[in-house]
Amino acid sequence: MRRMTLWDRVGLLATGLLAAYQIVVGVEGTSQLATWLYTLAFGVLLIAGLLLIIFGFEVLDSSLVVIVAALIPLSLSVALVFDHAPALGIGYAIFALLGLLAIALTRYAATKTIATMTLAFVHAVAALVIVGLPLVLVARGNAEWGLVLVAIGGALIGIGGLLLAFLKTGKPLVSRDVILTILPALLLVMTAAFVIGLAIR
Amino acid sequence: MADIKTRLRAYWTLIKSLQTGLLLITGLAAYLSARCPVTTWETLLAVAGSLFLAISGSTVLNMVYDRDIDAKMQRACHRPLPSGRVTVREALILGLTLSIAGVGWALWLSPLYGAVVFAGLFCDVVVYTIWLKRRTPYSIILGGLSGGMPALAGRALAVNEIDAIGLLLALAVLLWIPTHIMTYNIKYADDYRRARVPTFPAAYGIRATRAIITLSSVGAAIAVTLAALNVGMDWGYLRLLGVLTGGLLVLAIASMWRPSERLNFGLFKYASVYMLSSMLLLAARAF
Repeated sequence: MRRMTLWDRVGLLATGLLAAYQIVVGVEGTSQLATWLYTLAFGVLLIAGLLLIIFGFEVLDSSLVVIVAALIPLSLSVALVFDHAPALGIGYAIFALLGLLAIALTRYAATKTIATMTLAFVHAVAALVIVGLPLVLVARGNAEWGLVLVAIGGALIGIGGLLLAFLKTGKPLVSRDVILTILPALLLVMTAAFVIGLAIR
Repeated sequence: MADIKTRLRAYWTLIKSLQTGLLLITGLAAYLSARCPVTTWETLLAVAGSLFLAISGSTVLNMVYDRDIDAKMQRACHRPLPSGRVTVREALILGLTLSIAGVGWALWLSPLYGAVVFAGLFCDVVVYTIWLKRRTPYSIILGGLSGGMPALAGRALAVNEIDAIGLLLALAVLLWIPTHIMTYNIKYADDYRRARVPTFPAAYGIRATRAIITLSSVGAAIAVTLAALNVGMDWGYLRLLGVLTGGLLVLAIASMWRPSERLNFGLFKYASVYMLSSMLLLAARAF
């Protein structure tokens, strides 16, 4: 297992601080439900950063990581849908909840292939929402250009989620060392994109 | 010049800078929790100075008294006193000077504040270190009590009375201290056995000790949250505190469910980060 370097720790700490900042300032003009969902997403990011610093990359070996990590794209995408396409909010929230349940169940009661496919499907849909919805809104002139940064963050979270998902299921797309080398930087850039994007959307 | 540097470095080790720093932050945060116009920069600096001196002084005096057991412990035998880098007389003079200066400054600021600072120092040096530490594992309660005094003192200076918020902040630190001491008790069990210091793991077993660590971490989180609610912390800060508390609860439950030394040590580290963060949040609302 690759050992955590000082720069990894600095990157994770910066990610945690950015997430903490976002939790404190919240997102202007959003509903209370969306605020809680953003808090959940950035809260998981903050705690994940702290736990990675405390326990090292070994914490990624925990079977709970896949389930908890899925909360980030799912809660972010639900918040975005409630904010910008409220008519679809309830329906998409039900999909997200069922998706999370399916990820959890298949982790413990299904073959590796089914677990991987479920995880990849749910992550892909959430990532598509986080990437697609902001792009459509900006293209139609219904939102500020800053929301494009949220789309970039969504693309990064999709890449990170899939890399980790395939790593956890024993079929890594790239080597474990490469994933662990880019993970802190990926998390930092992704969080920065979300925080800036949500501030100037 | 090199000699002075070496001396100062040894003195810095004697005051356990990290522990002193964290306790100092609890005192400053408790003071700042009362907010402007009650709090001022001049008094804030005086609180920082007096608490730093008093906490450092009591820590040095503890080191002087415990030098014999430190010498028997692998973890502590390199400290300045057992290793002979600082003489007992020198450390005693340093400890007494810092303590008297700290308590004196505190009394000059406010009799109530000074009395609480003195109570903390007395509890730590006389009751915990000299009287109980070598007799009973329950001494950590008194150790925790003295650890909570900087927070109680800071709040008392700001509001000029002992109020519920000050007591809650002190309780939070009191409950955090066992997680610190007991984690070390488990990790360095051989050291404590060699030095004949009674500990919870030795008396009641590691499983019961881990359960106490978990429960006291949760208790500390509850006390901090109640204090934050009573202080009227802003909604955004409360959300962040809620997230950090959630993380602590998850780790606490995990360490009960699947106890291991690694998880236990992780919980201790997280609890320290939690205590520091929650105090910074309490302080941040003052600005």
